[in-house]
Amino acid sequence: MIVAERKPIEEIIKMVEKHESILVLGCGGCVTVCLAGGEKEAEQLATTLRLYFQKENKPFKTITTTITRQCDPEYVKSVAEEVAKVDAVLSTACGVGVQFMAENYPGKWVYPALNTKFAGANLELGVWGERCGLCGECILHLTGGVCPVIRCSKSLLNGPCGGSQNGKCEVSSEIDCAWQLIYDRLKSLNSLDLILKIQPPKDWSKARDGGPRKVVKEEVRL
Amino acid sequence: MITESRLEKLFAEGHFVVTAEIGPPKNSNGEAVRKHARNLKNYIDGANLTDNQTAVVRLSSIAAGFHVLSEGLDPIIQMTCRDRNRIGLQSDLLGAYSLGIRNVLALTGDHQSFGNHPTAKNVYDLDSIQLIQTIKKLRDEKQFLSGEPIKEHEPRFFIGAVENPFGDPFEFRVLRLEKKIEAGAQFIQTQCIFDMERFERFMEMVRERGLHERAYILAGITPLKSAKAAKYMKNVAGMIMPDHIIERMEKAEDQKEEGVKIAVEMIEHLKNVKGVAGVHIMAIAWEDIVPVIVERAGLLPRPEV
Repeated sequence: MIVAERKPIEEIIKMVEKHESILVLGCGGCVTVCLAGGEKEAEQLATTLRLYFQKENKPFKTITTTITRQCDPEYVKSVAEEVAKVDAVLSTACGVGVQFMAENYPGKWVYPALNTKFAGANLELGVWGERCGLCGECILHLTGGVCPVIRCSKSLLNGPCGGSQNGKCEVSSEIDCAWQLIYDRLKSLNSLDLILKIQPPKDWSKARDGGPRKVVKEEVRL
Repeated sequence: MITESRLEKLFAEGHFVVTAEIGPPKNSNGEAVRKHARNLKNYIDGANLTDNQTAVVRLSSIAAGFHVLSEGLDPIIQMTCRDRNRIGLQSDLLGAYSLGIRNVLALTGDHQSFGNHPTAKNVYDLDSIQLIQTIKKLRDEKQFLSGEPIKEHEPRFFIGAVENPFGDPFEFRVLRLEKKIEAGAQFIQTQCIFDMERFERFMEMVRERGLHERAYILAGITPLKSAKAAKYMKNVAGMIMPDHIIERMEKAEDQKEEGVKIAVEMIEHLKNVKGVAGVHIMAIAWEDIVPVIVERAGLLPRPEV
């Protein structure tokens, strides 16, 4: 899923303070699962903002609603009425949702309430970790299911740098060395030969370096 | 001999090679580099110019290499993968060669979080092994990485790489060294050695795979300036600093002298380790001590080519 976390409240206040009414729009997708921008978080945020502006003696109204996904036109269009009633939208979706709302509502400000962090997984209660670099050309079959593109701090494709020690990355002792993980895993799978071959330079044109990407599936197009 | 590198010639002739590191200044004073080059010229066979080491902005390794060359000393420029993509790297290789630089050392590069611009974006378009392949391809296939031919004046570098016997996974280190040699590395510089026992184990594995016959291995030496420096190095990623060295430094009346003594003893020892083709002295911010170490380790006079 896409993992996000809420921006500091001060930053959000600065974004919305010039408006008198906003729609705090939650998203029922990934950000609900990672407890950053679902129904509950959208409502909490709206309450916090109302209380703040009340204390400041500023007129400030909120409407709060949550749609199934902010990255789907069907759901985004369903809030047209609410959007029409307010000066601006504060989206608690990921960056995709914010942009999709903005695209669908020209002439209306849509603000991001979250910082979108990464594509990751729930590691333990309250902890999420990055797992996919969205590079467009998966090589997990060569690395035993551990991604060096995103989990190695230097995206190295041919083994660990000189800073790997005791299983940890030189950047921080909190970060596991991806190449130690790859080595251990391939060793246990009796497949170390996979990393003895030199991996050629990566084709980054398949990642964002080729410009914004699109996926087209012809068979489902109308 | 594949290249016109003086360094390659010295290795090929079987000399015990001595190189030293010069850290370019954090300003635009080329004279600082030239001064080091003049001081070191008669004591070493080549000067290794670091490329923004520990991700701190410094005078570029190529420009520093040119200053070294101007003083009649053979430069080895470091090239890291951190700051340039394959376009920038190849462009700089052409530029360096056009200036007369003949040796390049390819390395990954310290992460930018260690340096003075920790909020920088890193590049790592290529990794060090792919960079080695690229330098070889420019030379041996007369082609850019993309496959586009270089019609004339292809850069013909003597290619170096680094390996860290003190990094993990330990068993993979020698295999990674082999990958680098496979990719085209002709000489290898190791991380500075303090744990001699581990280095010897590493060399044993190197010899088992015959790698010392496929590339010249320079053992890394760093003289310690103080017990404090030794303690600091204990916490540097990718280093092993045994406690007995820290204790020895602490007990010494003259710590600088003790640091030199340890370095000299290590070199004396390394001369007899099979597969070690020379030493690379990294006297961090202490370049002036290199002639003293070289002399006391009995490495003078340096050979003429």
